[in-house]
Amino acid sequence: MSNRYPGYDVLAKRHTPSWNEQTRRVIDKRLAISGEPRFFTAQEYALVGAICARIVPQPSDRAPIPVAALLDEKLVLNALDGYRDARLPPLREAWRRGLRALDEAAREAHGVGFTRLDAAEQDALLKRAEEGKLEGPAWEGMPSKLFFEKRLLRDIVLAYYAHPTSWSEIGWGGPASPRGYVRMGFNRRDPWEAAEAHGDDDAKALRENRRVG
Amino acid sequence: MATTTRKRCGRTGVSDDPQHVPRARDGRAPDVFRHGGWVPMRCYGENDEVDFAIVGTGAGGGTLACRLAEAGFSVVALDAGPYWRPLEDFASDEHEQTKLYWTDERIVDGENPLQLGSNNSGKSVGGSTVHFAMVSLRFRPEWFKARSKLGYGADWPLDWREMWDYYTEVEQALKISGPVRYPWGPKRPRYPYRPHELNAAALVLAQGAEAMGIDWTPTPLATVSAPRGLSPPCVYRGFCTLGCSTNAKQSVLITWLPRALAAGAEIRDLAMVGRVEVNEAGLATGVHYHREGAWHFQRARNVVVAGYAIETPRLLLNSATARYPDGLANSSGLVGKNLMAQSNQAVWGLMEDEIRAYKGPPSLSMTEHWNYQDRGKDFFGGYCYMSQGPLPALWATTQAGAHGLWGDALMRDMEKYNHQVGLKIVGEMLPQKRNRVTLADEKDQYGLPIARVTYSWCDNDKRLIEHSLRFMTQALEAVDARDIWRQEDDTCHLNGTARMGDDPRTSVVNADCRSWDISNLWICDGSVFPTVGGVNPSLTIQAIACRTADRIRALAARGEL
Ligand SMILES: Cc1cc2nc3c(=O)[nH]c(=O)nc-3n(C[C@H](O)[C@H](O)[C@H](O)COP(=O)(O)OP(=O)(O)OC[C@H]3O[C@@H](n4cnc5c(N)ncnc54)[C@H](O)[C@@H]3O)c2cc1C
Ligand code: SF4
Repeated sequence: MSNRYPGYDVLAKRHTPSWNEQTRRVIDKRLAISGEPRFFTAQEYALVGAICARIVPQPSDRAPIPVAALLDEKLVLNALDGYRDARLPPLREAWRRGLRALDEAAREAHGVGFTRLDAAEQDALLKRAEEGKLEGPAWEGMPSKLFFEKRLLRDIVLAYYAHPTSWSEIGWGGPASPRGYVRMGFNRRDPWEAAEAHGDDDAKALRENRRVG
Repeated sequence: MATTTRKRCGRTGVSDDPQHVPRARDGRAPDVFRHGGWVPMRCYGENDEVDFAIVGTGAGGGTLACRLAEAGFSVVALDAGPYWRPLEDFASDEHEQTKLYWTDERIVDGENPLQLGSNNSGKSVGGSTVHFAMVSLRFRPEWFKARSKLGYGADWPLDWREMWDYYTEVEQALKISGPVRYPWGPKRPRYPYRPHELNAAALVLAQGAEAMGIDWTPTPLATVSAPRGLSPPCVYRGFCTLGCSTNAKQSVLITWLPRALAAGAEIRDLAMVGRVEVNEAGLATGVHYHREGAWHFQRARNVVVAGYAIETPRLLLNSATARYPDGLANSSGLVGKNLMAQSNQAVWGLMEDEIRAYKGPPSLSMTEHWNYQDRGKDFFGGYCYMSQGPLPALWATTQAGAHGLWGDALMRDMEKYNHQVGLKIVGEMLPQKRNRVTLADEKDQYGLPIARVTYSWCDNDKRLIEHSLRFMTQALEAVDARDIWRQEDDTCHLNGTARMGDDPRTSVVNADCRSWDISNLWICDGSVFPTVGGVNPSLTIQAIACRTADRIRALAARGEL
């Protein structure tokens, strides 16, 4: 993947007026999450890891965002959305059941579990879930399409974009209280925002991004 | 009028966990303007029969609590949510701030199940206005007589000219920042504060509107553009729908509620009302509420339900008795029915320029053209559309959920975040009886049946949406946006479920928000809307609350309360 914002790191602003105490507290806590699952079993956790790698693939030249661990945390907290499609079971049960059923579908199609498939096979299987084409007793009546859309995709994407690394990647300003922003118009950038590289000016963008703070 | 006061509202103790330990008690409430600060609060005993127990402190309940207390009534207002001090409690973080939303489970079904949670309702002292987007618009006058003047929906029992004055009162109370000249509708007074600076996303809307030959305007917003008391001007940090950590936003939490406290109202946070009690005579006697691990009962001469369009009918239905087996105030059978969301479709595209739409309030410019122009429409009702500024988590779930992207495609599109622009409608959806709130079998943490929310679009809803998507697509093409796509399934703002009207057979409350069936039971929130119009509802909810307070005062003076 190209790097549009070379050298930009939201965390470099941690001690600037763009971050306040409560934000530092919250983000520090999030950055400390990694490692052993507390909701998922070891087997489920490996499966979740494999799915996350397909939904939000990460470049190899930086520390990975611990997406599965962030998702595990959500399930430990049982952090609900505030609504649930009548055809879906509650959050935790949906995940347990959906993982079981996906793995089962992998075995049916390929004779091995999901984690043993190659990337293209995994994508194909996920695509079939997305299209609602996976069925069978393991789903216990839960439509695979809904599980994919409302749980799997949503929860994984939310976990990924809760991490500062993803914010740096897309050139978002990140936390912004109390300082906020000043330059609002087209192609205007405050010195504490990410500088975009346009292909011919990477060195300049890198220099500016090193000064962000 | 006021009853005896006992200066005790609970245990003494310092609360540092506003989500689990109530802050407002022992004669004081949080000072929303100061770290760790307190303001004095008058307290009532549970056996004091207060004039009004109000359930919910949002746009409806909070405003009413203030105006009734200022009129000299004794008021206890209860809210299931925490009492925040924005300066110390609000982080700049999408994930953390989900603590502002009503995230208790609700079941959704129907042909077009609603997406609730973040986009619909809050659970905080101050209600959904703590995380609302601050867009503060008046109804088009004809909407108050939609049935007789425009041929759809239902008439309101209110006169627009009277509402015009109450709108002015609310705009002054919130020091709305708005344009010098508003392009649509009858003359209105000048907005108290000057308009906000436009960000690039808002300028794109303006250019598109001009290319299409329609008017646009800087959005009237409830965030100050200059200092106001302890509120600094907006610093354009863009986290408005996640709670404003600077107090620039003029939410109910920092406007009406400090006034309510100063006028002697008591506010109880983390107080979930489970049932409104009615006696043999069929009158309300108070509310049962859960606070600090136990159920309590607050006596009251009048009960006002103001929990918003899902919790209000849920509470009325959960309060059923032998005398009222179908729930309170429900002789019409309409409690829970005619739920109306507003359509919230969008068109997104990419600009060559850097936009960085995350800066500033999310909707700095807008157009009400299709609210006021009826020619060329093949549908009833109207819509406005606004510029957008989604933060990363919201944008990513939009790209995943609505655009269907994942894997490399998602990562590639997310990288273009700073070039993204969008136009999004707030569109009118028609009242339908099949769209409704009922009780599910499942129970919540208080042991109360949860709400089942059933929603299906009608053909008119679909035609309006199609019209808006077509028009906004053209408006983005006109400014040379690329890779344009439509977000076809989204809704916002909930209203209806306890509509007001002139006839007890076809409405739940009268023009004064008083229930037809139980003379001392009132409903004062977004539930009372007979139709929703094509603008965001909170200014209208607050205007109705102000009017209701004046009517209550007039009725009390005549001995008719
Ligand atoms: C993300 C978002 C953006 C929005 N943007 C805008 C905008 O720009 N402009 C606009 O006009 N509107 C906007 N709205 C809508 C607006 O916020 C609501 O329409 C308005 O606040 C509703 O007012 P209300 O009094 O009916 O309910 P609310 O303001 O939601 O207040 C209801 C309160 O009642 C409490 N409650 C409910 N049931 C109980 C119970 N049983 N016991 C105790 N307490 C209870 C809740 O905790 C809540 O605090 C937005 C909403 C959201 C979610
Ligand atoms: S942009 Fe303004 S209103 Fe919105 S959160 Fe920031 S300071 Fe508050």
